[in-house]
Amino acid sequence: MNERLEVKKTYKLYIGGAFPRSESGRTYEVKGSDGQFIANACLASRKDLKDAVVAARSAQSSWASATAYNRGQILYRIAEMLEGRSEQFIKEISASDAISESKAEREVLAAIDRWVWYAGWSDKLAVLAGSTNPVSGPYYNFTIPEAMGVIGAIATEENSLLGLVDAIAPIIVSGNSCIVLASGRAPLSAMTFAEVLATSDLPHGVCNILTGSKEELAPWFASHMDINGLDISGVDEPSLVSDIKTAGAQNLKRIHSFSKVQHPKRILAFMEAKTIWHPIGV
Amino acid sequence: MKYYGLVDGTEASLNNFLKSLPGVDQVGAEARAAMLGTRSIKTSSKKKAIDLAISMVDLTTLEGADTAGKVTALASKAVRPDPSDPTVPSVGAICVYNDMVSIARKHLDLVGGSHVPVAAVCTAFPSGRASMAVKIQDTLDAIEAGAGEIDMVIDRGAFLSGHLMDVFEEIVKIREVCGEKAHLKVILETGELVTYDNVRKASFLAMLAGADFIKTSTGKVAPAATPPVVLVMLEAVRDFYQITNKRIGVKPAGGIRNTKDAIKQLVLVNETAGPEWLTPSLFRIGASALLNDLLMQRMKMRDGYYASPTYVTID
Repeated sequence: MNERLEVKKTYKLYIGGAFPRSESGRTYEVKGSDGQFIANACLASRKDLKDAVVAARSAQSSWASATAYNRGQILYRIAEMLEGRSEQFIKEISASDAISESKAEREVLAAIDRWVWYAGWSDKLAVLAGSTNPVSGPYYNFTIPEAMGVIGAIATEENSLLGLVDAIAPIIVSGNSCIVLASGRAPLSAMTFAEVLATSDLPHGVCNILTGSKEELAPWFASHMDINGLDISGVDEPSLVSDIKTAGAQNLKRIHSFSKVQHPKRILAFMEAKTIWHPIGV
Repeated sequence: MKYYGLVDGTEASLNNFLKSLPGVDQVGAEARAAMLGTRSIKTSSKKKAIDLAISMVDLTTLEGADTAGKVTALASKAVRPDPSDPTVPSVGAICVYNDMVSIARKHLDLVGGSHVPVAAVCTAFPSGRASMAVKIQDTLDAIEAGAGEIDMVIDRGAFLSGHLMDVFEEIVKIREVCGEKAHLKVILETGELVTYDNVRKASFLAMLAGADFIKTSTGKVAPAATPPVVLVMLEAVRDFYQITNKRIGVKPAGGIRNTKDAIKQLVLVNETAGPEWLTPSLFRIGASALLNDLLMQRMKMRDGYYASPTYVTID
């Protein structure tokens, strides 16, 4: 009997619900802890980022206008899909992050729980962060939080799956769309996670995932006029942080870095407060 | 000489001439268009191409919901596409429905855009289904209102059922109505002509009948200005120039939405008809969304970072 040929997976990018290769044609080698070759990942270029921003922008308004309840349901659906494929993630993460299977399992389960936790927040944000304001005049005055638009994120290097979920979930739950640059060292589980997103009712373009070098792409994230906010939790080098903040100042981008992984502040950081003056008696 | 001396105005001579045209190699045309689409235009060439493309745009609004306000806003944009940057050239023309022509003309003159012509879509646009009297009146109205360019549609039904002479006479009559007052663009609606042979045939028919421009589409039918169709039409004007020594313009319209597509069109022009056609008087691009993308690409080249649609107008 002939030996069966192994079907190897080609890791691509996730832009607008499709899985294209980098327009630049570049790839880089992803290696395990022992320096052993695991797979090639796409080395995304600034033009891939540009395409992802276009996809994210066109998806954003309809995602934001879906009811909060519906968005919560879809986030929960992501948890369901992730649960069904947990075995695959455990294997992948333990190989690429060089951790034991039991540790990898803990990370995957935490990632699933994280989705459920953020899903619950979708229809409670307005209660938490909104208010009715007493004003001296014939008005009802109230403030509601609204999604900001298109948000970029640089995911953390460690915990390749959980770090990615921590970046994506708080951004999209409120109605933003996002472009995430996955961990550069261990990007493979991010692209497998894109397959979860593609099968979980999340409208195409709401979440886009790139793999590549943050030194190369982060300044383009910061200077892009059509990205409204940026989560740089995955950037540690002080010189890169300062470059990002300088480039982002040009377009008044909201740039945040979070130390707490699981907190509603991560959601509210990428929302804007809208105050409405509603006249009484006219 | 009438009809360039190629036909004598009889049905037989027209049919004979159009029958004598060589067929189009479909596979070859598609392969060549695809190959030319892979050319990479960068840096200073790209800068020049963007400005050239802007000056070739026929800024178009052809909606049932068009209002005077929308048309005046579009006219202002046609003159100064980017109000923050005076080095951006004006567009080639603005293209509107018949009843909006006078509004557009007045506003263009008001904002210093007397050099920007108004193109009117005529002859029962987009279907072309009306009597000849109505089509002539339609054209007269537009010229009266100040249209400098007439975009007429041909009767595709007549063309496809072989009544070539009807189509020919229709164009000849509208040409007479336009006279010296207006340029005539003939819309072939290539999406309904089915084959490239028909596109070439219709191109020659329109040129013989006196078209100044041949235009691909109304923008209401898909597919519209696909690269192979534009290639076939550019070959037709090139061949026509070799026979008659007269340069006819080409206007792809519909489906050209971003800078990349527009630059691909310019490459097609340069490589097929030749660099003489790279001017707004011989090549136009009918589009509405394209201009914003050109402006954003221009900003990116000027500033060094990606632009946002928030900084260009919503049309």
